[in-house]
Amino acid sequence: MLNIVNKSATERNSLESALRMATKGSAVLLIEDAVYAATQGSVAAAKIQSAMADVQIYALGPDLDARGMTSRVLDGVKVVDYGGFVDLVTEHNCCQSWL
Amino acid sequence: MSDMMDDMDEGGEGVVKKFMFVNRKAPHGTIYALEGLEVVLVSAAFDQDVSLVFVDDGVYELIKGVNTKGIEVKDFSKTYRALEGYDVEKLYVEKSSMDARGLTEEDLIVDVTVLDSTEMANLMAEQDVVISY
Repeated sequence: MLNIVNKSATERNSLESALRMATKGSAVLLIEDAVYAATQGSVAAAKIQSAMADVQIYALGPDLDARGMTSRVLDGVKVVDYGGFVDLVTEHNCCQSWL
Repeated sequence: MSDMMDDMDEGGEGVVKKFMFVNRKAPHGTIYALEGLEVVLVSAAFDQDVSLVFVDDGVYELIKGVNTKGIEVKDFSKTYRALEGYDVEKLYVEKSSMDARGLTEEDLIVDVTVLDSTEMANLMAEQDVVISY
């Protein structure tokens, strides 16, 4: 399962729900305002870090760039471009968007 | 024409109100941040006493080092630096909002006054008009 989250973790609970339901070995892709969660110093960073034991976290590079957050990305989070986004979708049998 | 201008000037005097614009949304994910900024620029034309505050995800609007090329939208973060030219010089951020996001004044594109939550609440309480996004 590829879980896609696009809402800020400090405004909505989408990320929290996605991480709670994400099974071991699945992937979580952060896009749009969700990318803030994968940055150093964010209150959501701890949630991302503990989730990384079981789940691979990805963040969309162009969305990090647009928010000035590229240099602050947490270690262990894989940054992908739009091509990488497409690859993730094709690699997983199912996608869920946590709107 | 000059009479008309005089009338307008007379009409404008003595009615300066304290306007506060409260920004609580991150840029780009929704249209609020950009539209809010547009309203501030419009209001600047009316010579009011304008304050801009940034709380919660709103502090992300002021981050420097932005590059929006990849998502193909306007980078309006530089517009905050132009506010001074519109006599909008009162910019405030809430300290706890900054702390929760690992941000300091050094990360911001403009000079701001950092307030604690009590100071922010007091500033809000003394406004005539508060417009929140």
